Amino acid sequence: MKEKLARIRQEAMDRISSATSVEALNDLRVFYLGKKGELTQVLKGMKDVSAEERPQVGQLVNDARKEIEGRLESMRTEFENKLLEARLKSEVIDVTLPGQKRKIGHSHPNNLILRQVEDIFIGMGYEVVSGPEIEYDYYNFEALNIPANHPAKDEQDTFYINNDILLRTQTSSVQIHEMERGKLPIRMIAPGRVFRADEVDATHSPSFHQIEGLVIDKGITFADLKGTLDEFAKRFFGPETKTKFRPHHFPFTEPSAEVDVSCFKCGGKGCRFCKREGWIEILGCGMVHPHVLEMVGIDPEVYSGFAFGLGLERLTLLKCEIDDMRLLYENDMRFLKQF
Amino acid sequence: MNASLSWIKSYVPELDCSYQEFRDAMTLSGTKVEGYKVFDEDLEKIVIGQVLSVEKHPDADKLVVCQVNVGSETIQIVTGAPNVVEGMKVPVVLDGGRVAGGHDGSVTPGGIRIKKGKLRGVESFGMMCSIEELGSTREMYPDAPENGLYQLPEDAPVGENAAEYLGLHDANYEFEITSNRVDCYSVLGIAREAAATFRKPFVYEEPKISRTTEDIKDYLEVEVRDQDLCPRYTAMVVKNIRLAPSPRWLRQRLASNGIRPINNVVDITNYVMEEYGQPMHAFDYDTIRGHKIIVQRAHDGEKFVTLDGQERNLDKDILMICDAERPIGLAGIMGGEDSKITDDVKTLVFESACFDGTNNRLSAKRLGLRTDASGKYEKGLDPNNTVPAIIRACQLIEELDAGDVVGGMIDLYPEPVECKKIPFDPDRINAYLGTEIPREEQLSYFPMLEIEYNEDDNSLTIPTFRQDLLRGADIAEEIARFYGYDKIPSTLPSMNGVSGRLSYQFEVNEAVRQLMQTCGYSEAMTYSFESPKVFDKCRLEKDDPHRNAIVISNPLGEDYSIMRTSLLNGLFTSLSTNYNRRNKEAALYELSNLYVPKALPLTELPDERMTLSFGFYGEGDFFTLKGALEELFDGLGLNGHREYSNRGNLPFLHPGRQAILSYEGQDVAFLGEVHPAVVKNYSLAARTYVAQVDIAGLYDLVSFSRKYTGIPKYPAVSRDLSLVMDKEIPAGEVEKIIEQCGRGLLEHYELFDLYEGEQLGEGKKSLAYTIRFRAKDRTLEEKDIAPLMDHIISRLGEIHVTLRS
Repeated sequence: MKEKLARIRQEAMDRISSATSVEALNDLRVFYLGKKGELTQVLKGMKDVSAEERPQVGQLVNDARKEIEGRLESMRTEFENKLLEARLKSEVIDVTLPGQKRKIGHSHPNNLILRQVEDIFIGMGYEVVSGPEIEYDYYNFEALNIPANHPAKDEQDTFYINNDILLRTQTSSVQIHEMERGKLPIRMIAPGRVFRADEVDATHSPSFHQIEGLVIDKGITFADLKGTLDEFAKRFFGPETKTKFRPHHFPFTEPSAEVDVSCFKCGGKGCRFCKREGWIEILGCGMVHPHVLEMVGIDPEVYSGFAFGLGLERLTLLKCEIDDMRLLYENDMRFLKQF
Repeated sequence: MNASLSWIKSYVPELDCSYQEFRDAMTLSGTKVEGYKVFDEDLEKIVIGQVLSVEKHPDADKLVVCQVNVGSETIQIVTGAPNVVEGMKVPVVLDGGRVAGGHDGSVTPGGIRIKKGKLRGVESFGMMCSIEELGSTREMYPDAPENGLYQLPEDAPVGENAAEYLGLHDANYEFEITSNRVDCYSVLGIAREAAATFRKPFVYEEPKISRTTEDIKDYLEVEVRDQDLCPRYTAMVVKNIRLAPSPRWLRQRLASNGIRPINNVVDITNYVMEEYGQPMHAFDYDTIRGHKIIVQRAHDGEKFVTLDGQERNLDKDILMICDAERPIGLAGIMGGEDSKITDDVKTLVFESACFDGTNNRLSAKRLGLRTDASGKYEKGLDPNNTVPAIIRACQLIEELDAGDVVGGMIDLYPEPVECKKIPFDPDRINAYLGTEIPREEQLSYFPMLEIEYNEDDNSLTIPTFRQDLLRGADIAEEIARFYGYDKIPSTLPSMNGVSGRLSYQFEVNEAVRQLMQTCGYSEAMTYSFESPKVFDKCRLEKDDPHRNAIVISNPLGEDYSIMRTSLLNGLFTSLSTNYNRRNKEAALYELSNLYVPKALPLTELPDERMTLSFGFYGEGDFFTLKGALEELFDGLGLNGHREYSNRGNLPFLHPGRQAILSYEGQDVAFLGEVHPAVVKNYSLAARTYVAQVDIAGLYDLVSFSRKYTGIPKYPAVSRDLSLVMDKEIPAGEVEKIIEQCGRGLLEHYELFDLYEGEQLGEGKKSLAYTIRFRAKDRTLEEKDIAPLMDHIISRLGEIHVTLRS
């Protein structure tokens, strides 16, 4: 019995060691350890073993089984590792081949830039609002201190529908709507389309966008205006950006200013981009004219505020380095895909 | 507005700064310099020389060899100039110096360097110059010959800088004057600003006339009949006119401002207009019938010939200068043909008047005749400027010996404009600006601006030429300008009581953009106005309500004349641009307003409806488009009842491939393949798909709130359903029944096969669905599913949809 067991064990170990595939190992498992396997047969022959020897033989059978199982397992692991290795080797790809992109759409550059502007002002507590594009003369002009017969109203600049209704020439009209709502304080920006009778060329369009800003509160100062726009310029053009406030005139602000920023291409040294000036004009602004406040029923003795107006296309052309405004309205995919 | 630095300096003699410093400082105090031209930028080592001798060149017929005294030495110069003669004084550029250009008037940027050299073997140590070589023109120096050296006066000091002597050591500035600063459309106004900017004294002497003869009353009578349009009329008379060229200093000042010198009288009127900003007109006294001037409105239909020989049509709102019998000038715009100054003029009348700015501007516009004079008048001039200006003109007549000034003046000014007074409140100014400028410092700016401080009532008296200063805020700006905008601190307003956000509509718009981009559509922008031809291009019926568009009364052209009532024309045009530029595919969307009038003609503002259009050509079909629309609605949380129907009959879409989408019973979108005729009209790709969604109508329905429904714990049961039906029965009908019969257990259904073929028979199609059921609380069994499926099948049977055998 013991000899037989030893023989089976030896033979099994030899055959397992020389097996060449996982399938062969499975066959050997069945041959030795299966229900009708050799070792199982030995166990079945236990009834012929004497009672005293039985525990010892049982132990031997178990040992043999464990040993065979161990060898089977280690051989299988070895085969599997080899297979895995072979598979991995065969599956090498050329990682320099192009990636496959999903077709996603692109933002219009104007809106790409608008979102940057909106984010900056939202961060400073501004609400983003809108107003009508077709507007009453009153909101576009008169309420902004531009009375009838003011040269700024000249027909050559404004598209009229009739005597009272026109296409707004400036988002400043939204200032009046916001102030008329009577909720103070106000801190808003109003982006939107505006219209002026300019023929289309590389820098003009009869339809373009402005972003109006308005702050009304007690104790708002010109210094607040400077600080706000300086902060905007630094966040929008970069932390090194400097601003220059030049006195200017707008009928609805007093004092008024135009704001230049140091050229973000050359840092102010002067380059082709800033026409060798080192500065780029970006916006007009000022303290809301007390008469404008009076007309909407806000007491200029109690409240003050500032307003500013940015040309969105101008910011877009500058920031995206687009050299012709007409590209913005052609919607050529080769253009749009770049944003 | 232009002015040369030397002219400005004549009123601010202590001004001492570089050209660049002047430009920067003026810009920062509010008189923006657009640019400046330095006349002697490219001139170097140019002195006054005197030709001592002229000898023939030994080897060249057209050249001569000159000995020229240039002050420090005598040098030899070879020249081909035709007008060179012994004794003449000329500008000479020395060895190593620069001239601005060639004698033909060509200008070389950076100039041309002149070096000594040999001309046909004879040494030459410099060059004698023409006026063109000095970078100037015969316009500015009418005494220069057409071809040859510029001859300097006999008393020109030899050896001195010739550019300086010729007045070329100067720069002319172009200023951008804001519309509120009428006073700055004059050299005096600019000089006042310069004085205040640099804190140097403004030196101005009232013009005076030293001798006069006779009395104007014996010459002329003036009557202003329409005083509302002519607040002031001032006139003087000059006799014994002696027309001659103006002296060089005057010619140069005019020329540097871009005005061509003509003769002393014309030059004087132009000079005074530049210097004082007050237009002057000169009439030939002998042509004024009755020796009377009447200022009055014209009559409708009246005609008048202006001094440029053009006949003009007048109306009753145009102000005329008339004599006793007829009109002789368009007030403040242009004089008449009959009264203009000719070479034979003996006596003239100077007019220095103040006309209503608005009337002048509108008249000039109606006449289509905007002149230098009307360009000034239209801004609304200070009536107190007429007298100094006219005296200045007569003073120049005297100085130039151009005539004899007749004593006295006619000055009709019934309602003199008084100086305004504004209270001075330094604390309030500081509070407004956010500054702490001491009261004394604030006061120190006023004298420079000719603003008077009155201690007794703590007020400021504003000179009448400062029509822009009306109230405290205006004074704050004056203080801020001269204190320096750059010195005002930068602070941020307090954040109390404010929080930043997008308005709800903007938030929805932004979500729409993100969803469309995720679906592969890029954002387009097109104009809000378009041509009325688009209606026909889109095949709209004659009575289609979309033809009721708002019309612009003064459009740039027909192509931009109506406000759009649909976004499709913009989309078609953009897709067509891409297609015709051979872009393989294009997928675009636009989110923009369209304009729906409540009534035409417009009496109130129209409904501006935020609308989404999108479309593509290239890979994909109707269902690709529909898929994007579905993604959009899913993304906007529009989970209510959506129904697609083909009842739209939209003329611009393929009749068999279009749908209207209704959401909760409201039509909110349409989509489809573009009609072949429209494809042709816009030269689009043959298969182009477009959709338009009324975002405005969805604002109230959009939901950004998202609620979790548990991940299922129990398994789902799926059943496939293969159906046969008539082709005309839309899948939507089948799906409606599946939805209705699914009760709470239907989780999902999906069309996985659509088949039409011979096996089914003519006019039949087969749809195959997978239907998935699931319960939240248990594993479904056959007895749960069977009745549901039976119900679905029986309901389908009612619309003649049967199981495919």
